[in-house]
Amino acid sequence: MTADIAAILAIDGIATGAVYALVAIGTVLIFTVTRVIFIPFGDIAAFTALTLAALDARQLPGTVGLVVVLACMACVMEVVSLARAGEFRAVPKAVLGYLVLPLIVVGIVWLTMRFNPPMPVRIVLALLLIMPISPLLDRIVFRPIADASVLLLLTVSVALHFALVGLGLLFFGPEGVRTEPLTSMAIEIAGVHVSGQTVLILTAALVFSGLLFLFFDFTLIGKALRATALNRTGARLMGIRPARAGTIAYLLGSLMAGVSGILIAPVNTIFYDSGFLLGLKAFVGAIVGGMASYPGAALGAFGVGIIESFASFQSSTLKDVIVFSLLIPVLLWRSLASQHSEEEVEE
Amino acid sequence: MRKMLSLTALIGGLVAASTAQADITIGFVTSLSGPGASIGIPYGRGIQAAMEYKSEVNGEKIKLIQLDDGSDPSAATRNARKLIEEEKVDLLIGTATAPSTIAMMAVATELKVPMIAVSPVIGQPNPADQWGISVPQPASLLVKVVADRMKRDAMKNIGYIGFSDAWGDLVYNGAKAVEAEDGIKVLTNERYARVDTSVTGQILKVLAVRPDAVLIGGSGTQGALPLLALGERGFKGKTYGTVALVNPDFVRVGGKSAEGIQVSAGPVIVAEQLPDSHFAKKLALDFRAAFLKANNVPTTDGFSAYSFDGWMIFTTAAARALKTAKPGTVEFRKAMRDEILNTKELSGVHAVYNFKAGAYHGVDERALVIVRLVNGAWTYQP
Repeated sequence: MTADIAAILAIDGIATGAVYALVAIGTVLIFTVTRVIFIPFGDIAAFTALTLAALDARQLPGTVGLVVVLACMACVMEVVSLARAGEFRAVPKAVLGYLVLPLIVVGIVWLTMRFNPPMPVRIVLALLLIMPISPLLDRIVFRPIADASVLLLLTVSVALHFALVGLGLLFFGPEGVRTEPLTSMAIEIAGVHVSGQTVLILTAALVFSGLLFLFFDFTLIGKALRATALNRTGARLMGIRPARAGTIAYLLGSLMAGVSGILIAPVNTIFYDSGFLLGLKAFVGAIVGGMASYPGAALGAFGVGIIESFASFQSSTLKDVIVFSLLIPVLLWRSLASQHSEEEVEE
Repeated sequence: MRKMLSLTALIGGLVAASTAQADITIGFVTSLSGPGASIGIPYGRGIQAAMEYKSEVNGEKIKLIQLDDGSDPSAATRNARKLIEEEKVDLLIGTATAPSTIAMMAVATELKVPMIAVSPVIGQPNPADQWGISVPQPASLLVKVVADRMKRDAMKNIGYIGFSDAWGDLVYNGAKAVEAEDGIKVLTNERYARVDTSVTGQILKVLAVRPDAVLIGGSGTQGALPLLALGERGFKGKTYGTVALVNPDFVRVGGKSAEGIQVSAGPVIVAEQLPDSHFAKKLALDFRAAFLKANNVPTTDGFSAYSFDGWMIFTTAAARALKTAKPGTVEFRKAMRDEILNTKELSGVHAVYNFKAGAYHGVDERALVIVRLVNGAWTYQP
């Protein structure tokens, strides 16, 4: 292990860590607002990469089918539950939100694809297509059990991940994809070759963390989300709808996962089932941050990336063992050091 | 309810009637989902092509039952049991990944049903109780032919990087076996998982030993990952691999970094470039035509051809076994096994097959040619 190699490994680890950080921040965001540990997050990132690759190949991506199916399911569920409650006046609005909006997105993609759009437009299209998936899944799967225990929500979330992987195979096929690099630039930092892609990944991670900070501290919606995270009942008494807060959290989280998917697509081969490990490692990072603090989750994710990079050099066969073994001391330290809150005791 | 009963009776009657005709029943397992799907799907298409090419033996119809094992050995085991115990198959063919194939082989041996494996199988069978054979070129032979080529290209120090699974072990051990006799030196043993997204660390370690050439023990699309990392680091040496890498997505994902890699592959990969005198030339072109007809896409990989060769072995053995026993009986299973192990000089599209009890594989060096990736196409290197 020379200094050169250490530098290369560190940069590789930071780049990987930045991707994990984006997903980890999204995971924490959704967890704090809805109490759901959203395991399928990595899948969302992988699907974004696959969507972009399909758009690059001038094909209509499988995501379109996924969004249409989910939109129809969510719409039916929403209308039925409204009808049961006798709130017929809210039905048109529900149809607009759950069916028409996602379909408009699909329509936009379908129309734009006719004109062979350039790369930046394709990236925006891929993100647009991915955005509705999580909120729709939330409506179909999590909303009916919103008041259940964290453990039940986690179990459902794991089941949902397996369902999504199956759907991914159906819609995207078994082959891996790799997209065109976003930039072919490269710079030298202290004699170490750093690709422009790495710089881009880091910048994106920093920009998004910064934007989130501003959003939560300086906008009304952000404050409402924070209120919901702190105390659902209290927030409801103040006129904040937890359901809507959840939808916004899922939308934001999808955006983060989508961006990380776009960023890793050129540097890694992404398969329909690549998302799980990505999500799991990001989750380890989020755990290090105690599932509560964004800077903590980001730091934890960077740590996971760097450790993974060095582990793959030291002992490539045991790489994942090393990464996941890290969880044990962290969990021990967390459980010994933290005060248990009232809510957890009730569960 | 009564309607249901009569319907069940009717279906039962139909099933009984169809089995009375004594079709030969084949149980085929492949990986249509999971990490092995990128090679499992071609295996499935190869069987469809083989059915297209030959769907009966001596006038007996062949009935094919296909199941998916999801790239999971325990599912493959369940599938094998189900096919034997419920569907009463005469022969098993399977499956896409090495661990699942080994699991299926264990079931076939236990329940005494012949099996044609379309993935490599390691080890030595007990000649008295051998129920399976394996179609593909064994890893040791694949690696031996590549190693001979490395020697011919005057390569000395070899870096190795491969999958952290049975396949990675097969290639590594094959390279190590050649090392003893051939004077090439394998200096690294780096591994990565099929789902990994970065191999920077492993590649740095490979490059640290300053290798003349790097040998890749991966398969399919993910086999391109080390090549991409080598390309990033500006590696100027040669790269070598095995037929497991050969599929269109490997070429697509590998792009410029995969250019120039030399792999040992079955002759079917470069069928149209073979000399007319080559044993595989005509059959390989027939196979391609049947594949196109069955699947409406041209074949571009070597995996589907293993299924096809397995089918060749099965149909020639079945033609002889039918003389002594009827399909659907224990005697037929035994006769099938004996006849499969009696295969002599059978030309397939990958190899000339000679099986005998005491070995799973039945191919020799005629089964391999070296092909090089030039401008995204595999070219024959005599």
